[in-house]
Amino acid sequence: MAYTTLKKALLGALVISASSAAFAADDKKPLMTGASATMLSNTCAGCHGTYGASAGPATPSLGGISNDYFIETMQGFANGEIKSTIMGRIAKGYSEEEITAMAGYFSKQKFVSSKQAFDADKAKKGAKLHDKYCEKCHAEGGSSAEDDSGILAGQLVPYLQYTLADYKAGDREMSKKMKKKVNKLLKEKGDAGVDALMNFYASQQ
Amino acid sequence: MKITRRGFVKGAGAATAIGMVGTPFIALGASKKVVVVGGGTGGATAAKYLRMADPTIEVTLIEANKNYYTCYLSNEVLGGDRTIDSIKFGYTGLGKHGVKVVHDVVTGIDANAKVVKTKGGKSFNYDRCIVAPGIDFKWDTIEGYDAKVAETIPHAWKAGSQTVTLRKQLEAMKDGGTVCICPPTNPFRCPPGPYERASQVAHYLQQHKPKSKVVILDPKPKFSKMGLFTQGWKDLYGYGTENSMIDWHGTPKGSDDNVLTGIDAKTRTATTGFNEVKADVLNVIPAQKAGAIAFAAGLTNDSGWCPINLHTFESTLHKNIHVIGDASIAKGMPKSGYAANSEAKVCAAGVAALLNGQEPGTPAYVNTCYSIVGKDYGISVAAVYRLAEDGSKITKVSGGLTPTDASAEMRAREVQYAYSWFTNITNDIFM
Repeated sequence: MAYTTLKKALLGALVISASSAAFAADDKKPLMTGASATMLSNTCAGCHGTYGASAGPATPSLGGISNDYFIETMQGFANGEIKSTIMGRIAKGYSEEEITAMAGYFSKQKFVSSKQAFDADKAKKGAKLHDKYCEKCHAEGGSSAEDDSGILAGQLVPYLQYTLADYKAGDREMSKKMKKKVNKLLKEKGDAGVDALMNFYASQQ
Repeated sequence: MKITRRGFVKGAGAATAIGMVGTPFIALGASKKVVVVGGGTGGATAAKYLRMADPTIEVTLIEANKNYYTCYLSNEVLGGDRTIDSIKFGYTGLGKHGVKVVHDVVTGIDANAKVVKTKGGKSFNYDRCIVAPGIDFKWDTIEGYDAKVAETIPHAWKAGSQTVTLRKQLEAMKDGGTVCICPPTNPFRCPPGPYERASQVAHYLQQHKPKSKVVILDPKPKFSKMGLFTQGWKDLYGYGTENSMIDWHGTPKGSDDNVLTGIDAKTRTATTGFNEVKADVLNVIPAQKAGAIAFAAGLTNDSGWCPINLHTFESTLHKNIHVIGDASIAKGMPKSGYAANSEAKVCAAGVAALLNGQEPGTPAYVNTCYSIVGKDYGISVAAVYRLAEDGSKITKVSGGLTPTDASAEMRAREVQYAYSWFTNITNDIFM
């Protein structure tokens, strides 16, 4: 068992540190590397939309998100630190250079806000809650990719809900700052507060 | 400021082409004509991505039908959770990318003269041709079954009118009836499809005709996502118990137990090497081969599929003709919609490079395939591939199936991601 654990750890390390030359077929045939950022990123479009602009209902938009956030998240998927349905299986297929290339591609695209239904009253409450609990890192009403945080305004709400559920359940690690604020929000405003926030992000179209 | 459209497009195109392939020479004004034959997933994607890669390429797409019905999620139409119109797509979106869409039937491709000919009597010259023929059926493998009989005993393996017919038959069936599904032998379009179909039919029957049953007569010993499907059938449809809504009958290697040999359309009876099932609704999915135009153009080998260069998808039988999607022998990749979409992008990048006098760059391929087993119950398989340096195989480097111990929450998320997959891939193809 210890061997398996070690192997897993080594495999994880490989994904993050090794160059793309590390990828070899089962029969050890050398494989081509060095695909362009566009070539690599185009393979994502089937699920995340052309240029990373997702029409939903759930898969997040990638276009316009932070370069570093993309890299961190892909690495988290690959080493299993971030819970996922399918992305863990996919992220392991890319080298560090390739992930960096895709991050560059998507961070240069335009973020396209999703057209989603929302409750205007809740959205109004949510706007205030955002200012109080989230704005410090998710700046400009959650629309900024600066500070390497995820874009919240106009992002697909089911995705935000899944992600927050994973944070709450401890399946995805929050930064200290975020943990403090999220816990405060939950304690003071409860699920209704989260719901109001989601409506605010959905309203940013 | 007035910019003529022609001048503007040329200028923008040259800039993009240089950005794309870092070209040492571009002969502005030189002819770069591509004819795409077939407007399904592969063909439509290739046409759009060619124009995205280099807007100076003149792209003509020739497709017989005004609308395309996706095979993916057509099983949900059978299950009743989706309308046929929700899987219907047109070609005006491609027009916005500057693709010239012609509705006609391609009857032949002259590889020497580089000309595509149509039933409507037109000829289209090309520098390179991309053929996305889809699939055709080996009718002669099943006695009593042909294209005419398929109008009443539908295969529904090309979505559209037969999907509607099969749905109507399910609706008209009495409670306590038997739905018999006969999947094809390998290789075929959408390997998990027949089993998702069984799931979706059971999903419908469970709600409206709970005494009914789905019987699968399978010519194979195992099938795609088998562990996940049987787990889902156990969780949702009593699989393995006396009251199971789904019975799967496989065929051991070397046997012909459940290999379909013939049908009686009047009594809806399916006869296999060992079994005979009288069904109330019979769904026969025949063995498959490349679409007719691939044969007419001499693009197939003895297997009935099209051998290609895996880097550019150029036919190994005819120069300047590329074959993508289900009809191609894309060694290592499945015959799926996502694979066709991915292959089309690799092919489009390769063709754009070749037309600009460039070496095609390193390809990248992905497949992602969801199946919806029942309410809030999604499963998936995914893979990232790389081309072997010697070009011999498209090799999986990561991926795999939904874990069998995935929580109910994760299975529910996979359904939402499956719907997102559908919205985004159809936008990526047609918009």
